[in-house]
Amino acid sequence: MNSNPPLNAAFELASDWPQLLAEAQQLAQSFSLGGHGRRRAGPGDVFWQFRPAQAGDALRAIDWRRSARADEQFVRENEWQAAQAVQFWIDNSAAMQFSSQGESKQHRAAMIALALAILLNQAGERIGTSDGRLPPQTGRAQISALAQALARQASHDFGAPQIEGLTANSLAVFASDFFGDLAALRDTVTRAAGQQVKGVLLMVLDPQELHFPFQGRTLFESMAGSLRHESQKADDLRQPYFEALKERKAQVANLAQSLGWQFFMHSTDQPATGALLDLYHALEYRR
Amino acid sequence: MTFFSMIGFTAPWLLVGLFALPLLWILLRAVPPAPIRRVFPGVALLLGLNDETVQADRTPWWLLLLRALVMAGLIIGLAGPIVNPAPKGQNLSKLLVVLEGSWADASDWEAQQLAALEVVQQSGNQGRPVAFLQLTAPQKDLVFSAASEAARAIKAAEPNAWLPKRNWQGQFDSLGDFDTHWLASPIDWPGRDRLVRDLLRRGSVEVAMSRSSPIGLLPVRAAAQGIEISAVRMTAGQAQGVVVDILGLDPSGVERRLQSAETGFSAQDLRATTTVDLPLEMRNRISRLVVAGHKSAAAVRLTDDRIQRPEIAILTGETSDREGLILFAPDHYLTQALSPVADLIDGTLDDVLLANPDAIILADVAKVASKEALADWVAEGGTLLRFAGPRLAAAQFEAQTRDPLLPVKLRAGGRTVGGAMSWGAPKTLQSFEIDTPFYGLPVPDEVTVTAQVLAEPGPDLASHVIARLSDGTPLVTRRQLGQGQVVLFHVTANTEWSNLPISGLFVSMLERLSVIGSAANFEPESLAGSTWQLVQQMDGAGELRRVGDRAGIAGAELAQAAISAQTPAGLYQGQDRRWARNILSEDSQLTPARWPDEVRLLGQDQARSHRLGAWFLALALCLLIADVVASLWLSGRLRGGVLAAVTGALLTSISPENALAQMSQDRAIAASRAVVLAYVETQDARQDEISRAGLLGLSQALFQRTSIEPAPPMGLSLALDELSFFPFLYWPITLGQQALSSEELSKLNRYLKGGGMILFDTRDSDIARVGQTTKEGRVLQQLASGLNLPPLAPIAPDHVLTRSFYLLQDFPGRYPRGGIWVEAPQNSGVQVEGMPFRNLNDGVTPVVIGGNDWAAAWAVDEAGEPLLPVGRGMAGERQREIALRFGVNLIMHVLTGNYKSDQVHVPELLKRLGE
Repeated sequence: MNSNPPLNAAFELASDWPQLLAEAQQLAQSFSLGGHGRRRAGPGDVFWQFRPAQAGDALRAIDWRRSARADEQFVRENEWQAAQAVQFWIDNSAAMQFSSQGESKQHRAAMIALALAILLNQAGERIGTSDGRLPPQTGRAQISALAQALARQASHDFGAPQIEGLTANSLAVFASDFFGDLAALRDTVTRAAGQQVKGVLLMVLDPQELHFPFQGRTLFESMAGSLRHESQKADDLRQPYFEALKERKAQVANLAQSLGWQFFMHSTDQPATGALLDLYHALEYRR
Repeated sequence: MTFFSMIGFTAPWLLVGLFALPLLWILLRAVPPAPIRRVFPGVALLLGLNDETVQADRTPWWLLLLRALVMAGLIIGLAGPIVNPAPKGQNLSKLLVVLEGSWADASDWEAQQLAALEVVQQSGNQGRPVAFLQLTAPQKDLVFSAASEAARAIKAAEPNAWLPKRNWQGQFDSLGDFDTHWLASPIDWPGRDRLVRDLLRRGSVEVAMSRSSPIGLLPVRAAAQGIEISAVRMTAGQAQGVVVDILGLDPSGVERRLQSAETGFSAQDLRATTTVDLPLEMRNRISRLVVAGHKSAAAVRLTDDRIQRPEIAILTGETSDREGLILFAPDHYLTQALSPVADLIDGTLDDVLLANPDAIILADVAKVASKEALADWVAEGGTLLRFAGPRLAAAQFEAQTRDPLLPVKLRAGGRTVGGAMSWGAPKTLQSFEIDTPFYGLPVPDEVTVTAQVLAEPGPDLASHVIARLSDGTPLVTRRQLGQGQVVLFHVTANTEWSNLPISGLFVSMLERLSVIGSAANFEPESLAGSTWQLVQQMDGAGELRRVGDRAGIAGAELAQAAISAQTPAGLYQGQDRRWARNILSEDSQLTPARWPDEVRLLGQDQARSHRLGAWFLALALCLLIADVVASLWLSGRLRGGVLAAVTGALLTSISPENALAQMSQDRAIAASRAVVLAYVETQDARQDEISRAGLLGLSQALFQRTSIEPAPPMGLSLALDELSFFPFLYWPITLGQQALSSEELSKLNRYLKGGGMILFDTRDSDIARVGQTTKEGRVLQQLASGLNLPPLAPIAPDHVLTRSFYLLQDFPGRYPRGGIWVEAPQNSGVQVEGMPFRNLNDGVTPVVIGGNDWAAAWAVDEAGEPLLPVGRGMAGERQREIALRFGVNLIMHVLTGNYKSDQVHVPELLKRLGE
């Protein structure tokens, strides 16, 4: 099947990303934009405040219409709208391609990320990937490039964030199931925080991973087959599994909290808008 | 005989496979059920977790047992176990299969036939030549031939209403040696022993006895207040209740159950007698008695005039002057002679006429008060019997005209012979002439006549005289008047003129004139000279069938003859009496048959061998399914959906009522969503398939050609389904048709009343002929007897069915020619000049009856191609097309009623007819 992996991957990409993009755009359109200025005066298009003219203000800066209503001269200031860089890392490991029903975890994560990117792009932010392959830029072409980048699939079992291209003072969105090596995750996220990067960790899980609906004698295998575990009676494993999952969630959430990041959970059987809303607001207060 | 000797195997060496079972046990034990492989990213979290319980990597013992049982079932099933295996290695000699086929076999005739067929089949498989002999059937030469010949003969055989003939001497001489398989009825009959001995001389005889225990009805006697019913049975031993249905004609001439009588045998008795109170009116209507639930000619008792008591009115002239002299009263001897056998009515003539008696006797009455009324009564079938006397002799009659209430014209005055004042001796009677009703009665010498009234001579006098004195003068004259008769005895009804009234001859004469119903019954003396003709014959099951013209049988001969093929049981018609001849007579007994020791006796049930292989295989299959479920459950593959499906299926099979209710609700919705043609499901799956395909073809034709767009047809079970959703039912009549229960009947009647239509198809018009009833026809008659059907008539050429969509002249199905019957038109309608159709504004006929096998002509397969061949070549295709057109017309008629009968359409139709 994998006779020509690059070609296959290209085909899969070509087939998947326009759909991904379309879905993300649809998701983004369901969203109305709120204000997202910097809440202080600066270069921008949107009116911020009138202030009394001071010495040194250029004559053209005086707002004559406002000044005519009073004895003083006023200067019209616009809100400072600096473009923020938002960099995405969507886990594309084999585990993320798992789906018990409907779409895979990666598909869902990429869709949410893209929709977020579209919204951010509309707000004038720069978007890119954190692995350095796609530096942050604005524009529609960037969305399309991002879609291609997010739809890429890897063959290793579990992944850790890649932050090679992370620029300082930017925002980061890391989406994964976080089933991989926890130490690697802690390491990378801590390093990112060291670069004054704030961000969000989005844990995307499949319903089967949440409910563990297995019974009887079962041989569990990871997606790429690197891990396997045999159980004589899967029913008995359910409770320990729940404990383990809860613990993993708590660890990731603690990591996020300790660094001032935010942590969200999303299950692929829930509508994507919820997660999108969470992420959008989280980012909005960071900018 | 041990249990194991009752079981045999067709392939016993396969049982060796049972020894492999322990091996299977070990093998299966070693190999546990395979784990299910699941891809699951969360496995990363599972690492290091351990099962709480560690289950052995082995197949659980009960699963092993299940599988071992499956294998054992398979092996045993394939080895072909048979209970009561037929003994093997028999000689291949010829086999004679004997069925008695008498009335005693009728109750389980089908079973007997099947058993005989089975024997013939087995012999055929062994290659033995077989012959079939029905002991009650007309004699034919016995030929030993292939089994198929005998099977055909067995299928065609029917039980007869008589016992086998007695004499079989020499019948088997030329046949060599043969074995006999005799399917015997339970009762004994004369000549059986000898036949058995004859057959034993030829070879071995084995006898399979029927288990039925026949009940017969003995002659019915008239009792004071009703009738006395006696029944007889074959074996005593335990008490037994019997219900006897008394059937008779209702005023409209339809046979109905008048009453049911219950009688019972006490434990030791072979006979049971009960008296049923019946009003005279009812008693005179009885036509037959039937033991309910016993299908046999002996359990049916036809009645005739013997249990009827006629009503007779006796009127005399004025008797005031002779008060007190009883013996001289004109009616004294009449009353004495008639009161034991008839109900006498008193009163004036007008009162009496209101009671509509069977006969009125006028003893020496010259002047009749209400002549016209009396004449009308006679013309409607009454018998007016008059006796002469002094008053009649003295009456003055008009010279030219005859009194219509006298058979001949009388000469005034009368005459006296042999009296004190006359010459000559009293006259005696001439013997009766051959064409008079009295022919054959012996004339006693001591009967003399001393006085009589004389008839006026005339050209037609001789033809009305039915008894003469020795000098040729009339003694009794008779004339038909309408449907009745007027009879005149030219003597008095007392001993004044003659001693005839105190002779036995007088009673016999009254009997022959059917004044009294012949309660004196059919004694040889009274039968002398009479001729009887069989009109209705009883078959073995006790059903009456009309017979064609038969040669008459002399009464004396008939009285002597036993019930046989020549003189079968049934109704015989005499000159003006009916004589019911039944199977059993007063002293009949039903004796169980005893067989000599040389005969091998088989119980019928014992004789049958059962193959059990299929049961074992089915059991193995069921266990296999259980094994699949258990394995799924063990390995965790039995998920919610599967579990629900399996338990759902199990529950459905456990509670069929729920499923049925659900199903019928679904069907009701489907049936009421569109027009659905429906057929009645029969016992015959093949016929059901044809019905379904036929209605499918018709539905398609309707869909393509008309605005009716029916949904796919449905099969109905009368017991379960609601009929009111269906405008039209197609009902093919099959021989396996069960009798309808009362619920089904009322359901059908409600359906017909509510505007439904049933097309009854007897599918027999290839063999049905006018005046003959086929088996299917009889089944239909029985079915329809409980339905409220209007009068039916063959379809008129201008019936609305001929033009409700297509213009049709005939209504072919797979058979081209048979006609159809529909509701008879209410008012015959008048045909207007120039109009081709009468204005019959009647409703939709509730039934259409025919035998053209329409469904077979309509039937199409799934691809819409005709399923069955019709006719030949293009003519056949044309016939199929016309059949379809009939179907279209029929459904149109059902759905639109007599719309096309409306005269509005006549001009257009006329124009089209002209083209």
